[in-house]
Amino acid sequence: MAGKTIAEKILSQHSGQDVHAGDVALCDVDAVMMHDANGPISVRVFRSMGGEKVFDPKKVTVIFDHCCPPSNEKLANIHAFMREFVREQGVNFYEGGRGVCHQIMVESGRVKAGDLVIGTDSHTCTYGALGALSTGLGATDVATVLKGGKLWFRVPETIRVNLNGELPPYCSAKDIILNVIGTLGADGGNYLSIEFYGEYLEKVSRAQHLTITNMVVEMGAKCGFTCHSGLGIAADADASYLKTVEIDLSTMEPAVAKPHTVDNVCPVTEVEGIEIQQAVLGSCTNGRLEDFETAARILGGKHVAEGVRLLILPASETILKQMAENGILSTLIAAGGIICTPGCGVCVGTLGGVPADGEVVISSTNRNFKGRMGNNKAMIYLASPETVAASALKGKISDPKKLPEFGGAGD
Amino acid sequence: MAKTFAEKALGRAAGYEVQEGDIVTVYPDFCLSHENASSVADTFHSIGQEKVYDPDRIVIVFDHTVPPPTGSYANSHIKTRQFVKEQGIKHFYDMNCHGGICHQILCQEGYSAPGLLIVGSDSHTCTHGAVGAFATGIGRSEMAAVWATGKLWLRVPQSMKITVNGEFKPGVAAKDLILKIAGDISSSGADYLSMEFHGEGISRMSIGERMTLCNMAIEMGAKNAACKPDEKVFAHLKDRAKKKDWEAVWADEGASYVKELVYDLGDLIPATALPGRVDNYAPITKSAGRKIDQAFIGTCTNGRLEDLRAAAEILRGRNVVVRTIVQPASVEIYQKALKEGLIETFIESGCVVNHPGCGPCVGVCGGIIGDGEVCISTANRNFTGRMGSKTSEIILASPATVAASAVNGVVTDPRDFVNGSAGKGEA
Amino acid sequence: MQISAKAIVYGDDINTDLIIAGKYTKTLNTNDLVEHCMEDLDPDFHQKCADGAIIVAGKYFGCGSSREQAPIALKNSGVKCVVAKSFSRIFYRSAINIGLPLIECNTELIEDGDLLECELGGNILKDINRNLTLHIHPLPELMRNILECGGMVEVMKRYGGFEEFIREVKKRNG
Repeated sequence: MAGKTIAEKILSQHSGQDVHAGDVALCDVDAVMMHDANGPISVRVFRSMGGEKVFDPKKVTVIFDHCCPPSNEKLANIHAFMREFVREQGVNFYEGGRGVCHQIMVESGRVKAGDLVIGTDSHTCTYGALGALSTGLGATDVATVLKGGKLWFRVPETIRVNLNGELPPYCSAKDIILNVIGTLGADGGNYLSIEFYGEYLEKVSRAQHLTITNMVVEMGAKCGFTCHSGLGIAADADASYLKTVEIDLSTMEPAVAKPHTVDNVCPVTEVEGIEIQQAVLGSCTNGRLEDFETAARILGGKHVAEGVRLLILPASETILKQMAENGILSTLIAAGGIICTPGCGVCVGTLGGVPADGEVVISSTNRNFKGRMGNNKAMIYLASPETVAASALKGKISDPKKLPEFGGAGD
Repeated sequence: MAKTFAEKALGRAAGYEVQEGDIVTVYPDFCLSHENASSVADTFHSIGQEKVYDPDRIVIVFDHTVPPPTGSYANSHIKTRQFVKEQGIKHFYDMNCHGGICHQILCQEGYSAPGLLIVGSDSHTCTHGAVGAFATGIGRSEMAAVWATGKLWLRVPQSMKITVNGEFKPGVAAKDLILKIAGDISSSGADYLSMEFHGEGISRMSIGERMTLCNMAIEMGAKNAACKPDEKVFAHLKDRAKKKDWEAVWADEGASYVKELVYDLGDLIPATALPGRVDNYAPITKSAGRKIDQAFIGTCTNGRLEDLRAAAEILRGRNVVVRTIVQPASVEIYQKALKEGLIETFIESGCVVNHPGCGPCVGVCGGIIGDGEVCISTANRNFTGRMGSKTSEIILASPATVAASAVNGVVTDPRDFVNGSAGKGEA
Repeated sequence: MQISAKAIVYGDDINTDLIIAGKYTKTLNTNDLVEHCMEDLDPDFHQKCADGAIIVAGKYFGCGSSREQAPIALKNSGVKCVVAKSFSRIFYRSAINIGLPLIECNTELIEDGDLLECELGGNILKDINRNLTLHIHPLPELMRNILECGGMVEVMKRYGGFEEFIREVKKRNG
């Protein structure tokens, strides 16, 4: 029998059976994450299943991040409903403003290598950067786990992605994952697990890893892992893969995903010059300290172009505080940045930062679907913090490679 | 004959001597609008107008829906930006590093100055009396007419005189005074009147404290409010006055008033306005212990640096136990608060810091409350449902009282903290 | 169970934001979702759904968010079944869980308004107008059992837990 991929290992461990790709495994779940957008419906379904007490309150975490602070009373009432559930069940709880659920799960140490984690959010796959098999599920599946702590999983096949060579300084993890999605397609990883390999992953910080795993769902993947020596779990050397994809980092160009699908990827040069009205830096994809440090390097002492709104969306309150302490927050405000509450508001269009009809947004978030930011007549381009900051500065989609900060000649 | 502030300021604007009851036609020095500029512009166009009378007199500040929580608010912003562009309006504050709440911006940037006439399509335009301007709120349609013609008619109001002596005791602030006054004279107690603040107690106050007082004059129905312009005001305006022809005007000794009140600041204790009406005054000794679900520190009433300092002093090293939102009144204040470490204090104690604007106070975004919830707020209005659900309630108080309440989860006397005996929410 | 309704044809990659935008998903009353279902994609959706309908799409239907409000909104709007070349995994699970049947098959020849017929759990889908018989990729057994039970809520209500359900299914199948 061939060796195991990481997904096969984790699902074997959690089902107490020796499972391989294609098998269906009934697994014990280590942690359940629910947020204020889809958590309430999960609770409703849990009740309708006759659920009274959750299987283990210590393993359940409720995080308010999608509608914080609420912009209407309906959202406020939904929060009240969820708080009542939290009180009655004694589960872990984070009030609005603490940050995006995924960043909180990572910062709080609630996830460790080898864990099986589910969440009410599709980007739950983020924790693959910590070696956990984590995946987003619908309300009924989440409710099923709340009730019994178990769920069935089809053991996914795995694609191996080799990241070869050295990434140029004007690119970052976001460019890698956008390029991979562009190569494989929005459904190129559907139902699958993705394992990323390469020297690059040994060298960069966890923040870069999180950016990569965060977006594997954008090619349909169930989960993804950034494999490196510090991951805490590894696939067997003789594990079998559905296919292996080679990505050359050394020739990589800053990437942009054009409206309205994430796999509509092109080099920034192809869309350079398109005027923008809004730039968004942050989110669970690119809202960590080093993302803002990069932006501050580009925007420091300058101001965004006239007619551009720059929204800053730190992934957590801890990051916001670090930004306040080291002066980045002040730098970004002086450059015109509007500081949003750590959370998801802008990215999902539930709170402040909704674009107007016909406006063009460049964003470091993870989705550019029509209507994503709350207005179906807006156009969203996804890019790295480098490209977003460069574009905010110029008022049009711009290639960070040309910035003097990256050895370019400027304009 | 001795004249009131209103008679002098409006006489200056009219170019001849006037007295109370006169109707004068005057040219406002500045006309302020926020997001409702978009509807003012609609009216302006619908009355067949193309060019505004004088674009340099118009000030537009985005503050009610920043950043916009819906696409239609964003669309309305676009419309106003286009209007600003086509009319050549220079005094425009979009969402960027210069922004903030319109009244804070007007004062901070030196638009409001002694003797100037300021109208705004926002009821709290009376705030600008804090630096000695004659400032009053008008409706949107009237604003459209002012944009078109540059002028409007005003009736010279009768005046009331509030003399303030003494000094605040620790834990007591300007907000406590104005809530007490509202309780004493009721929400219609200054209807149509010009409210003058006199006395050494006012002289000792900062411009910010005077803004807190004047800001709330409308809550008693006043047409405007004013404090005597003094060295503090002159120093503030030295490098930032937008119009150089301002002139310090003040009431003459012996002017006649329909009402006169005297307060000693040393007699005051922290105040609250209980839900429903601004004049629903309750001293903290009566309201302490009422349960709250949310605390809000900010707005044009109490979102200035000194307010944030007062709140931070209580919150430092303590945790809030209810949702607490802090919203500086302008980006400049946000930056100064960052420099002083106040923002870090707020984050450490568990507050959410909003980008400068009006959102929660007007129930548009950034902290709306649900059914049956109670918010203690430093804002100026506590009408039922203003911050969200029809059944939600608002209690008004000073920044110190709101901060102390946030720490305990119930309405709390800030003097408990200021005097050294700490609350129960130690971090 | 026999399903029979007219086809509403859409393209590839119909995502969850198109099915129900994020700004409308925050509600505890799932009937609220109906009004906004498909509003950014097809303004005539509700009219077409009035007497029940089968959605026919290309590849990767339901991609994007994990919001179960997407299949719920479709089901509550009168959609009897979704036929697509492929589905996104979370949508796939959630649809079965709430009892919205899904069919995977080649959809290229089906046209808008065609009358479709199929037997739930069967292997063929008929396009009456075009006199076509299309072969269906069968649902995995576990999912078919969940669907036949009426969705996961019914499973949990009836069997108390998932293990009990599987034991019962295994027993039934020998």
